[in-house]
Amino acid sequence: MAKTISVTLRIWRQDGPNAPGEFVVYQVEDIPDDASFLEMLDILNERLIARNKEPVCFESDCREGICGTCGLMINGQAHGPQKATATCQLHMREFKDNDVIVVEPWRAESFPVIKDLTVDRSAMDEIIKVGGYISVNTGAAPDANLIPIPHQTSSAAFDAAACIGCGACVAACPNSAAQLFCSAKVQHLNLLPQGQAERWERAEAMVEKMEEFFGSCTNHGECEEACPKEISIDFIAWTNRDYVKSKLKRRIGP
Amino acid sequence: MGKAKGRYHEVSIVIGSLNTHTPEGRLAEKWQNYQATVKLVSPKNKRGFEIIVVGTGLAGASAAASLGELGYKVHAFTYHDSPRRAHSIAAQGGINAAKNYQNDGDSVWRLFIDTIKGGDYRSREANVHRLAEVSLNIIDQCVAQGVPFARDYGGLLDNRSFGGAQVSRTFYARGQTGQQLLLGAYSALMRQVGQGSVTLHNRKEMLELVVHEGRAVGIVVRDLLTGEVSSHSAHAVVLATGGYSNVYFLSTNAKMCNVTAAWRAHRQGALFANPCYTQIHPTCIPQSDEFQSKLTLMSESLRNDGRIWVPQKGSDTRPPSEIPDSERDYYLEVKYPAFGNLVPRDVASRNAKSVVDEGRGIGERANGVYLDFTDAIAAQGEAAIADKYGNLFDIYERITGENPYKSPMRIYPATHYTMGGLWVDYELMSNLPGLFVLGEANFSDHGANRLGASALMQGLADGYFVLPSTIGPWLAQMLGESKLPADHEVFETTETAVAQRTQRWLNINGTRSVDYFHRELGKLVWDNVGMSRSRPGLEKALSEIPALYEEYLSDVRVLGSAQTLNQSLEKAGRVADFFELAQLMARDALEREESCGGHFREEHQTPEGEARRDDDNFAHATAWEWTGDPQKSIAHFEPLDFTEVDLAVRSYK
Ligand SMILES: Cc1cc2nc3c(=O)[nH]c(=O)nc-3n(C[C@H](O)[C@H](O)[C@H](O)COP(=O)(O)OP(=O)(O)OC[C@H]3O[C@@H](n4cnc5c(N)ncnc54)[C@H](O)[C@@H]3O)c2cc1C
Repeated sequence: MAKTISVTLRIWRQDGPNAPGEFVVYQVEDIPDDASFLEMLDILNERLIARNKEPVCFESDCREGICGTCGLMINGQAHGPQKATATCQLHMREFKDNDVIVVEPWRAESFPVIKDLTVDRSAMDEIIKVGGYISVNTGAAPDANLIPIPHQTSSAAFDAAACIGCGACVAACPNSAAQLFCSAKVQHLNLLPQGQAERWERAEAMVEKMEEFFGSCTNHGECEEACPKEISIDFIAWTNRDYVKSKLKRRIGP
Repeated sequence: MGKAKGRYHEVSIVIGSLNTHTPEGRLAEKWQNYQATVKLVSPKNKRGFEIIVVGTGLAGASAAASLGELGYKVHAFTYHDSPRRAHSIAAQGGINAAKNYQNDGDSVWRLFIDTIKGGDYRSREANVHRLAEVSLNIIDQCVAQGVPFARDYGGLLDNRSFGGAQVSRTFYARGQTGQQLLLGAYSALMRQVGQGSVTLHNRKEMLELVVHEGRAVGIVVRDLLTGEVSSHSAHAVVLATGGYSNVYFLSTNAKMCNVTAAWRAHRQGALFANPCYTQIHPTCIPQSDEFQSKLTLMSESLRNDGRIWVPQKGSDTRPPSEIPDSERDYYLEVKYPAFGNLVPRDVASRNAKSVVDEGRGIGERANGVYLDFTDAIAAQGEAAIADKYGNLFDIYERITGENPYKSPMRIYPATHYTMGGLWVDYELMSNLPGLFVLGEANFSDHGANRLGASALMQGLADGYFVLPSTIGPWLAQMLGESKLPADHEVFETTETAVAQRTQRWLNINGTRSVDYFHRELGKLVWDNVGMSRSRPGLEKALSEIPALYEEYLSDVRVLGSAQTLNQSLEKAGRVADFFELAQLMARDALEREESCGGHFREEHQTPEGEARRDDDNFAHATAWEWTGDPQKSIAHFEPLDFTEVDLAVRSYK
């Protein structure tokens, strides 16, 4: 049978967006170490309900590290201690018996707390809305093999496209900047031949929309560390380049 | 051409009729003919029509985006915080299309035949043919959107093969095909949101369909953050709300997937077809303990290179590396030499169950079979295998703590997909006029079993290419009509009912949590309406589920309030709908006295244990009408006419 461990949780509880919040301490005994971190919280919640206490509100959906719904600050680290791992994929075997674990929501001005560990990340959609696409109406596409794309190019675009939009990069950044999220989408599309027609407008529109909501990047690199999909900060440099080029082009014509 | 005899059923339907509205003409020409003659709505008039799309998965997002591009006024709803989170995001393996880029003899016809055969001759021929035709456009569309499909070193698109096919027609994006396709559809959707043609309603859960004078006129939703209940009216309502695998509690679906939208529509008169057709996926990580919250799928594409085996003798506790080849049973390769490890899902699943039931299961709980990559790594090198399956291997290791490059994976079947769903005609309209159903939520294209990589294809076919044409005639006849005002009495009464139902869960004040009941329900359904079904088991389900439901209604404990985000409260309503659906599934499984696809009745098998279909009596889809009691639902039948296909015994030997 699997081993079990007991841990002390200090969890941020907050009733609503405008309510004051506080840390509440929960002692959770006998958690199988095969359990995922979220299954541990499920067990806690079942025990809370049994004691007539409202369960802790946290979000998750696929529990396979791909939908980007979950995301907790665990001991001050976005998604916790395991590298390249979303919260739902973190397992209790990463912790020791009697560990104290601090669990908080993403902390960022642009991600207001909704309840307990749940935050509002809709600002990220705003960035996509202004340019995170290639303008091609349904039915207008040429044959898929018309334009060969070198393996390397498509692979680099994929590395950027792997972003799951969880917001860990924003939460980890001391300035709450969203550069990694934004540039991952900009570069996914700007690297591909299909994305060239709108390359410059895209870079400008998305970067400027991002700046309306999020802080500025001062090259800490915390975002890359926290990213569960290991998206590289090189994409930020490339996006800055595209942005500056676009501004120049505008000034001097194409 | 062989034609199914089929039992002829008089269709006596109170609400609407089971006319499939399949166009005339030869199979291969039906869709072209349809498109050439279908009623159109002019660009100017499109702006006068409002369409509600519930769901922003592959089917919903592609539909909402395409309808928006055409000029309709679209309202897209999702209970997620962003359209990008829909469960489609988790699909791993790939998407089929009959491009024949590999020159291996593929064609629209072959994809059509494979899908019909894979579905065990229980799907509608004309829909499936259209799906195969449209598959070509899907890949073009996705590539143009920037979906980074796998490519070979010449820069052209790569393919892999998938279960139930002898050609390589599956397009893939590492092990994240669903993610990349959904992000493509999501980006198209967000573009329309930016342009104002689509209005997005995030974190809104549809809790009722509103029907007035026999047609769908809108929906009532609850804002998941504030609890506010509101009405939304439109000229047409489109449901693209996914499947119901979570009736089993443990499944490979995302935790929030549920049947509520479809079930509420069913209760309002939409027929629910073939609920017993559920698919068990052969390659999932076996359950490790009681607390488990969901099961993780390992893409079936792994069966391209992995070899499935168990020890020849039972209770063999040696580590796999110490079991010599001569003492292993590669049971699929032995039994099905033509398809080997690539037999369809139901066949692979049942065979896994039977070797485990024989006591030859592996792992600590003897609840799995091996999927072994040793030979593939030796032949192709670790780098090539990592390139194809790297992220799947990582997922596996993260969950189990075992490294599949070193020792074989342990796998076992789990519930994965539901072929049943709301009944729709050729135009994807349900029997309720004005209600359209797309993607996994409908019953249309996969018959009794879905082939791998075909759900993504169907979702995108429905949303990008089919609905934008087929919604035309419905709207065209309403030209100049305004939608029903959202403060009409029928909306007000529905809102009140929804608010009361929500409050009801809070008032029960029982002793056990929603999850407790959901797990118990799941066990009942898995044991009796799961991979293998029998009359006694189904009768047991039909008597025990209502008993448990009674307990649920009097003893569930939901804390907190209805005016804030309250996840237990959301689940309470969804689980109640699962309780009703589960009974209909058992009833449907009981009435279908044959084995076909994912529906295996122990009473109906060959001496070798293969499924035995009964085409004389069951070559039909069963569409159930709600009566107020799921055990007393009324069955209606759509006979399945096969005009150009010979009904054959499915054989993968
Ligand atoms: C792990 C896994 C892997 C898979 N891999 C593959 C694969 O490789 N190839 C393949 O072809 N298929 C695969 N499938 C199947 C495929 O992913 C699904 O069938 C398909 O994505 C379903 O898409 P959909 O658009 O119909 O629904 P979904 O993607 O489930 O979307 C449902 C949408 O409806 C919304 N919704 C539901 N109910 C409500 C409500 N009441 N109110 C408001 N909104 C609501 C949700 O928010 C969501 O936006 C896989 C499935 C799983 C579980």
